[in-house]
Amino acid sequence: MKPVSPFLELDDTPRAEVTFDGAPLRLPEGANLAAALLAAGIDVFRNTPVSGAPRGPFCMMGACFDCLVEIDGVVRQACMIEVSPGLQIHRPHAQEADDVQA
Amino acid sequence: MDTDYAIIGGGVVGLSVAWGLLRRGRTVTVLDGDDGSFRASRGNFGLVWVQSKGMKQPRYAQWSQRSAAMWADFANELGDNTGTAVPLEQKGGYDLHFSEETLQATVAQYEALKAKLDGDYPFEVLGHNALRKEEPHIGPKVVGAILHHQDGHANPLNLLMALAADVRRMGGRVLTGKTVTDVSKPDAFRIDCADGTTLDADRVVLSAGLGAMQLGPKLGFKAPIRPQRGQVLITEKLPKLINRPSLIARQVDEGGIQIGATNEEVGFDDRVTQPGLSGLAAEAIAAYPALAKAQLVRSWGALRVLSPDGLPIYQESTEMPGAFLVTCHSGITLAAVHARVLPDWLEGTDAAPDLEVFSEARFAVS
Repeated sequence: MKPVSPFLELDDTPRAEVTFDGAPLRLPEGANLAAALLAAGIDVFRNTPVSGAPRGPFCMMGACFDCLVEIDGVVRQACMIEVSPGLQIHRPHAQEADDVQA
Repeated sequence: MDTDYAIIGGGVVGLSVAWGLLRRGRTVTVLDGDDGSFRASRGNFGLVWVQSKGMKQPRYAQWSQRSAAMWADFANELGDNTGTAVPLEQKGGYDLHFSEETLQATVAQYEALKAKLDGDYPFEVLGHNALRKEEPHIGPKVVGAILHHQDGHANPLNLLMALAADVRRMGGRVLTGKTVTDVSKPDAFRIDCADGTTLDADRVVLSAGLGAMQLGPKLGFKAPIRPQRGQVLITEKLPKLINRPSLIARQVDEGGIQIGATNEEVGFDDRVTQPGLSGLAAEAIAAYPALAKAQLVRSWGALRVLSPDGLPIYQESTEMPGAFLVTCHSGITLAAVHARVLPDWLEGTDAAPDLEVFSEARFAVS
């Protein structure tokens, strides 16, 4: 069953298998990654490193740096990336944050 | 009379002075520029810094120390008054060195200054291993650092916001979008702005940063100041990576790492350049190799306000008594003394500090 999301998506696009924090997702290939994750029901992309406050996409145009995700060890803006097969998407700095708390 | 004091320039320096005068019951009108003005108050590095200041003039070192010592109390008062906290951390700061020679040469200079300050100059020298205990992310190329315990850093944008809010709360008038074109003294001071605004004031403080280069001579000042560009970079917000600030990098209260800064004599050009930013990034990565993976969020350039010897200028005009030039490079560090001590000098009270060494008399006529 599709998760509840306030965002609509077109259904006629080929799907790409990706993971978000280890969970498998089928996102429209070539779609904007930030938009595709929102449409898939993910509205918290990360927690800030200082206060832990939840963050998700805000500007959708590469300016606000709130939609950051980690791919291949590099923190990147999800709104500046297209969905492609095999993406392994992680919440940025989750590991380091755990280290700090431990 | 419209106002006791007209303050020309509504950056951190002008607002700090305005704040102090309002606290003493004076009426104050601040004339601030527009979006096209150069804004050192919005582009600076945010250090509250003592070390390396006044190597040739111990009075400047003492003036900086006095402000650093008052800063926390000042920041707390602003925060309480306005609800805008002014984050400040004063647990020391580093001068990082990549060579033993520069480290030893700087230590020798600090020792000489310390002697002139009767020993009140608390610094220690950390070798690489000692530094690594304090800063686990420090890179192997850093041979050591001078840790000065009176150094720290603040959030300069929150300082600017809180100052502007508190000046208004105390009844100060802040007029924005004003370009002052002339100041005359037929009787009291008459200030003319480009948009036709005029203002009559008993006294005038010229704290317009680089704007004083043009306006200063009209008021009888030499105002021998110049712009010096500093480019900076800021990263994404990161988990704790840097404990204490240095001139190379600091981790701000919100998590981002600010990397600074170039020193370039390029006139009124506040743009960034690719070689400038690359150089900053390379130096920061040499100091903290983990920064190689950090994402950069923004870069900008801003213009320092520098006198020939780098020291502040505090001068009353002999041509137009009642007009004062207040200008400095370190408006953040000196904000506390500008707010709490400088008004005594402006008002000529018994508590006025002796600022003779900062007068324009030190600039000989060539």
